[in-house]
Amino acid sequence: MSDHPLLSVKNLTVQFPSRGAMLTAVDNVSFDLARGEVLGLVGESGAGKSMTGAAIIGLIESPGRITGGSISLEGRRIDNLSSANMRQVRGRRIGMVFQDPLTSLNPLFTIAEQLVETIRVHLPVSAKEARERAIGLLNEVGIPAASQRIDDYPHQFSGGMRQRVVIALALAAEPELVIADEPTTALDVSVQAQIIDVLKKLCSERNASVILITHDMGVIAETADRVAVMYAGRLAEIGPVRSVIKDALHPYTKGLMGSIPSLTSTDDRLVQIPGSMPRLNNIPEGCAFNPRCNQVFARCTKERPELMHCGNREVSCWLYDENTSEVPA
Amino acid sequence: MSDTLLEVRDLTRTFDMSKPWLNRVLERDGKQFLRAVDHVSFTIRKGETFALVGESGSGKSTIAKMVVGLLPSSSGEILFDGAPIGTGAGSSMRAMRSRFQMIFQSPFASLNPRWKVRDIVAEPLIAFDMVQNRQAQAARVAELLELVGLTASDGSKYPHEFSGGQRQRIAIARALSSNPEFIVCDEPTSALDVSVQAQILNLMRDLQDELGLTYLFISHDLSVVRHMANRIGVLYLGALVENAQARGLFEDPQHPYTQMLLDAVPDVDMTNREREEVIGEIPNPISPPDGCVFHPRCVKAFDRCRVEAPVMVATQYGEARCFAAENVRKAGS
Repeated sequence: MSDHPLLSVKNLTVQFPSRGAMLTAVDNVSFDLARGEVLGLVGESGAGKSMTGAAIIGLIESPGRITGGSISLEGRRIDNLSSANMRQVRGRRIGMVFQDPLTSLNPLFTIAEQLVETIRVHLPVSAKEARERAIGLLNEVGIPAASQRIDDYPHQFSGGMRQRVVIALALAAEPELVIADEPTTALDVSVQAQIIDVLKKLCSERNASVILITHDMGVIAETADRVAVMYAGRLAEIGPVRSVIKDALHPYTKGLMGSIPSLTSTDDRLVQIPGSMPRLNNIPEGCAFNPRCNQVFARCTKERPELMHCGNREVSCWLYDENTSEVPA
Repeated sequence: MSDTLLEVRDLTRTFDMSKPWLNRVLERDGKQFLRAVDHVSFTIRKGETFALVGESGSGKSTIAKMVVGLLPSSSGEILFDGAPIGTGAGSSMRAMRSRFQMIFQSPFASLNPRWKVRDIVAEPLIAFDMVQNRQAQAARVAELLELVGLTASDGSKYPHEFSGGQRQRIAIARALSSNPEFIVCDEPTSALDVSVQAQILNLMRDLQDELGLTYLFISHDLSVVRHMANRIGVLYLGALVENAQARGLFEDPQHPYTQMLLDAVPDVDMTNREREEVIGEIPNPISPPDGCVFHPRCVKAFDRCRVEAPVMVATQYGEARCFAAENVRKAGS
């Protein structure tokens, strides 16, 4: 084993040209991911979390492209690979689970055909061995009577069962990293709990790392080791999941946590953050959160904060800069 | 406070899911019916929030549509302030219609994109002849927009100029324009981000305090329901399985399905509370299981549950449709 982290994202920037201007969807994002670690990537619509996942797996759709930074898998850059080389990485070393299982399975092929094809593209096994492997995988993800159901078509499965099949597909080639983009958003809550359990169990058995992209802090709390909070394309805060949830540092994370209705709290009013996230063509100068922040001061409107260390976390907020002498009004 | 505003009695709705006549003849199939709502009864008192929770296909939205008269019922009664809803048009029905309104799930689909906001908000005013002239109409629209946290000048914009949360505010302003007493809210925040959801939920509670509104609040999200409701009805496959006072339902759920739903909610507070593993999925509603429809997924199921359908029994905080809850009750008394 090398001493590189499994995945290292440095200063990643993704931009889209639009009417002569460049829109920045992912803005200078950096994080590392260790082997076997589950990193939650959380944020509201338009925060850039899915775009970060798409950049790692090399699926940014034109005209968008990576305009800065680097992505390395075990120390080797993967962001500048040719599309043929990237295909060797995608599926083999990095697996994917998307939000809607109906769109990520081909309706014209049976589950067996799709799984066997995936396995044989990436691993040197015979068709018979691949089929046995596929049945084993379906058993593992909890599909009852897998050896019969493997010859069914996707429409013959329920939503939860389809998402199990997608997880089996993602793990078919024993990847080192799985990117799960809103894997449970289309599912009911009782099915969601089951899918999270399956994903967590299978990845930890294989020591695969997971990037779990979601807007649901509850799912993160259940699953992740560390969490990265995104706002307007930037990382607001990144740290161990318990610290971030119990004791958020960034004012945005604080507001976000307060706005989640909880099963146990009895507070009458939810904390609300005024306004809404800026559009990409209208990101304020300085800290992107400053117009909505309740602790804003002069420096926030002029200078953009980068991630700075604070205890066991990194946070991009001037409140935690040692050189900040001003105090918020 | 204890006056009943809405009473729903034995409400049932079946949909005909049969194949076309020729297919039925050739394939020797009978007709197939889906019972989306199955003998549901509940009452809502003035000034309270009654929530219906359940997963997809549990019949929550079908009930909402029947309550406001958008969908006829197959059988059963809906009484609004003592008078039946949904039978014919007539002038008394028109007068009654102004007293209840609905807020829909997606503010992207529920606002006409070709209308200006002021026309959208004014439509109920015109439909119910509630304003005498243009000035009065403009003044009322401005007042409504400010009530929901927008400004009067927003009236001259189109819906696409607003974010999701602001659009839901417009939908709320429209619902309030006819001075209703009762609002049916069908998943009002499930299309919104969580920080915007907090704004809308707070607004709805403020409006309830200010205007004395009564809500029928429909949601799949138990933590949202916990925040909003006084009483909660839990639906499973079209039938009410538990109906109880909100606090009691969360502290001491009586029906195993309620317990399962609570256990399935992700633990965002990281309390490490003990939970049962969730098993199984909702069965096909066209051919529901015999006996109690929940028994294949139930951890407490015994022989009786497989053959006999339970009826509602009184519990400490309300009522539950479960033999296990009934036994607890008997053992306790």
